[in-house]
Amino acid sequence: MWFQILLVLALVGTAVYLLRSTPNAKHLAIRRLVVFLGLAAGVVVVVAPGVLTGMARAVGIGRGADLLFYVAIVAGLVYVVNEYKRSVQLARANTQLARELALAEARLQDRIAELERKEPS
Amino acid sequence: MSGMPPAPPSGIAGAHGAERDGGSWVVIPLYNEASVIAGVIAELQEVFPHIVCVDDGSTDGSAEVAEAAGARVVRHPYNLGQGAALQTGISYAREQPGVEFIVTFDADGQHRVVDAVAMIALARAEDAAIVFGSRFLDDRTRPGLLKKAVLKTAVRVTNLTTGLTLTDAHNGLRVIRVDAARAVSLKQDRMAHATEIVLQLGRTGLPYREFPVEVLYTDYSRAKGQSLLNSINILVDLVIN
Repeated sequence: MWFQILLVLALVGTAVYLLRSTPNAKHLAIRRLVVFLGLAAGVVVVVAPGVLTGMARAVGIGRGADLLFYVAIVAGLVYVVNEYKRSVQLARANTQLARELALAEARLQDRIAELERKEPS
Repeated sequence: MSGMPPAPPSGIAGAHGAERDGGSWVVIPLYNEASVIAGVIAELQEVFPHIVCVDDGSTDGSAEVAEAAGARVVRHPYNLGQGAALQTGISYAREQPGVEFIVTFDADGQHRVVDAVAMIALARAEDAAIVFGSRFLDDRTRPGLLKKAVLKTAVRVTNLTTGLTLTDAHNGLRVIRVDAARAVSLKQDRMAHATEIVLQLGRTGLPYREFPVEVLYTDYSRAKGQSLLNSINILVDLVIN
C-alpha cells in the first residue's frame, strides 16, 4: 500500500507549507497551474471513468471513488491553508495601514500644537 | 502634553517624584481601561512628563479619560490587539526629539512606577540597552498556581525560540533604549507579541538585564488576565509564521 505513504507525504507537505513558505507570485502561478490541471483531470475522468479506476489500481487502491475522495481531502486542506495564510497577510497589511493612519494623525496634531505655541493667535 | 517641548537633558530620576525624567517616554497600550487609566497616568506623571497612550479602539471612553489625565493619546481607528498598540506606541515614541528610553507599561495598574524608575537607573548605570521586568526573580508577586504554570511555560518557549535566558516572558514592564527600540517591528497583533519583542530585541545583540519587579494582582487585573486557553492561541500564532 504505497499510496498510504503518498497520502501521508501529502498531508505532511501541507503542514510544512503552512509553517514555511509565504505566498508570492511564483506560488500563485503554481496554484493556478494546479487548479487548471485539476480541472483538466476532472474532464478526463468524467469522460472516461475507467481511467480513474485504473489510476487507483496502479497506486494500490481498489476503487476510483476512494482515490477521488483522498485527493479531494488533500486539496481541501491545501485550500484551507492557503486561505489562512492569506487572511494573516491581509490582517498584517490592515494593521500597518491603521498604524500609519494613527501615526500620521498624531504627527499632524503635534505639528499644529507646535505652531500654535510659537505664534499664539 | 505633546512631545514637542525640547526634552531637557535627561535627569536621573532616582528618587520618586524628585526629578522628572524627560528623556523617557512611557508607552501604554490602552483598551477599555477607563476606570483605572487616570490613576495609572497620574502616578506616572510624578516622574515621567512624556506618556503616550495608544488607544486601541476603546469603546468605554478610555481615550478621553487618558487625554484629560494629561497623556498624549494616539488612536487606532479600531481594535487591532495589544501587540499592534504596543508597536504603534514604540513607533511614535522613538521618533520624538530627545527620547532616550522607552518604557512599556500596562494600563491596568499592575506595574509599579518605582520599578520603572529603578529599571531606567539600572540601564543607565550598567549601560544596558534593554531591561526586562521579571516577577519571578523574587517572591513578592504571588500569581495563582495555574497562572504560574502558564507563565513558566511561556518563559520556556520564549527562551527556546529567542536564545535569551529570561525568568519571565509575558511581563509588560520593559525599558528599551532607543537604539534597541529601532529594531522592534512587531507583526503579532495579539498576545504573542510578548515573545516576539524579546526575539527582536535579542537579535540586536545589545546588552540586556532582568530586574525584579512586583506585579500587583488586583481583582481587576485578575479578571482580565490571560487564560490558559489563550496561551494555546499564543503558541499557534508563534509557530505559524
